[in-house]
Amino acid sequence: MPYMFARVNNVRFNQRDIDKMASAKSSKRRQAFAATVRSLMWKLLAVWLIVSFGFGILLVEPLNEYRLGGYKLGFWFAQQGSIFVFIALIFYFSAAMTRFEKRYSEQDDSEAEK
Amino acid sequence: MSLTVLTYIVVGFTFAVYIAIAIATRASSTKDFYVADGGVNPIANGMATAADWMSAASFISMAGLIALSYNGYGGSVFLMGWTGGYVLLALLIAPYLRKYGKYTVPDFIGERYYSDTARVVAVICLVLCSVTYVIGQMKGVGVAFSRFLETDYETGLGIGMFIVFFYAVVGGMKGITYTQIAQYVVLITAYTIPAIFISLQLTGNPLPQLGLGSTLVGTDVYLLDKLDLILVDLGFQEYTTTLRGSTLNMLAFTASLMIGTAGLPHVIIRFFTVPSVAAARRSAGWALVFIAILYTTAPAIAAMARLNIIDTMWSSEAEALLIEDKPGWFENWEQTGLLKVEDLNGDGRIQYTADPDTNELTKLDNDILVLANPEIAQLPNWVIALVAAGGLAAALSTAAGLLLAISSAISHDLLKSTYMPSISDKAELRASRIAMAAAVLGAGYLGLNPPGFAAGTVALAFGLAASSLFPALLMGIFARGVNREGAVAGMLAGISVTLLYVFQHKGIMFIPGTSFLGDMSPNWFFGIEPNAFGVVGAIMNFIVALTVSRVTAPPPQEVEDLLDFLHEPAAAKSASGN
Repeated sequence: MPYMFARVNNVRFNQRDIDKMASAKSSKRRQAFAATVRSLMWKLLAVWLIVSFGFGILLVEPLNEYRLGGYKLGFWFAQQGSIFVFIALIFYFSAAMTRFEKRYSEQDDSEAEK
Repeated sequence: MSLTVLTYIVVGFTFAVYIAIAIATRASSTKDFYVADGGVNPIANGMATAADWMSAASFISMAGLIALSYNGYGGSVFLMGWTGGYVLLALLIAPYLRKYGKYTVPDFIGERYYSDTARVVAVICLVLCSVTYVIGQMKGVGVAFSRFLETDYETGLGIGMFIVFFYAVVGGMKGITYTQIAQYVVLITAYTIPAIFISLQLTGNPLPQLGLGSTLVGTDVYLLDKLDLILVDLGFQEYTTTLRGSTLNMLAFTASLMIGTAGLPHVIIRFFTVPSVAAARRSAGWALVFIAILYTTAPAIAAMARLNIIDTMWSSEAEALLIEDKPGWFENWEQTGLLKVEDLNGDGRIQYTADPDTNELTKLDNDILVLANPEIAQLPNWVIALVAAGGLAAALSTAAGLLLAISSAISHDLLKSTYMPSISDKAELRASRIAMAAAVLGAGYLGLNPPGFAAGTVALAFGLAASSLFPALLMGIFARGVNREGAVAGMLAGISVTLLYVFQHKGIMFIPGTSFLGDMSPNWFFGIEPNAFGVVGAIMNFIVALTVSRVTAPPPQEVEDLLDFLHEPAAAKSASGN
């Protein structure tokens, strides 16, 4: 695979990437895409924060009043539950991003045809 | 067949497999060597990442740390910290660096901050944190060898260095990837089999994750309630509620491990080996699945083994164990020095209590929990041999990944990108192999001298990655205004603050007596222990970088374009970064 670099002000870029960047730049779609991604990230990071630092540490005492079988609930989040939630977050993110990317690149294509 | 012979056979067989894989998949080009030609299946990469990630510390020490040093709940910082970092990695770091599409972490930092200085500073931070981490692995190899194969520590270290050197240097990233997959299979089998048996024996449930929340066989008392009860009876603190230090310390510790995880270069470069950005995201999910199998089993091993040990020490009529009734495993592990008893009151029994004045189980090393687990559960010898092979697989796989990160930083970022741009592909490949050899020797030397150094290294590596590389990467991807001057000043500030804090409390290079403010908790900054300080270093890094960037010239247009490119939707079909 060829690596063609353009050196601009001591920064190297792949030539095809520069072309892609130039064509994408004018597009407002990109901004819409970035906003969608950002809002998804904030939501998922909030969940990440709540299950670990929230349920696992700060709220552990009140949660320990409840039970999940033999586990105190706060203890369960700290040693088991948070990890399962982390896995779900990554797969959810991965699927949602693939969906967004498909949607936005299709819009780009249809725009180009006009 | 004696246990030692059996262990030699099992360990020898696994080593032969690793070397055979390395030879069959050896690297022939720099792209093979650095990123396995960018053609690794995301699930396979997830498995390799899991082996890369789970070190001797995860395999041998973590369950014991949770059960003994951190008394249960306090140990949650490791469980959440070392898994939660993958969420940051998958959302914020790995897909963008994969999209960028080059070989190394300093590659990105040098280009994003349009500066050779930034690249060199990133290489220094990378080498510092990776070398300290390799030393911990080398120590793990030495210890595992000396315990199971009855060699001395130095010989074990030497054999470990030779094996990892051989297959990492020959195989490069391609060989390492496929070897790590084999190593994952060995280590996860070795970890889960004893756990399943113990869970069955205690609770009748074969899944340790469920067993930990179940009742004890033949009773309606929950395992964790029983454990809380008897620990309190013996004068210990409750297992399920005792904090590590303070709530603030637990928050800082967890955060440091999380952002350290997301900033460790040897983990990040694993995501350069998959074919696309989407594959990088998916692969991070699979990596965490494979990691979680061990990480959700570890707390079960911790609690169950602790309960087993107490059951061994105290009869149901609250009578302490008679010295002549000690089980066989007890004596085996006394010989290694990890377990020690002293009959202080001369009654012929061993009282295990929380009070250091009357406790007669005077030494109970954290590592016992995993290493002696099969014997405590009376499992056959082949399981014990498998645990030895698993511990070695965990140490070797992590060491190989780290060595690759170090050698590519030196040959690619220092030589090719900075000081010798005209170097040929072949010469670069040779340079990376030489750099790797030097790193193995350096790490081996530091595994022996200074003697206390190896023990503190893993925590230090996380602190360094958290305070230097993670903020530089995060701001590089998301903060458009951060410029060259800001990034360099931020990395230097973050790493200095963290190093100073750790060395100040733990001694320079962990040599006792050189700590200049004393290792006493009253001296800790807001009660945050040195191992948890990475997050404070990271905050320093952010503050310094953002402030300096405000008063110096903004980044040039090319950086804007690079960021536009990173944040545009990745083409769904694109197989690789061109």
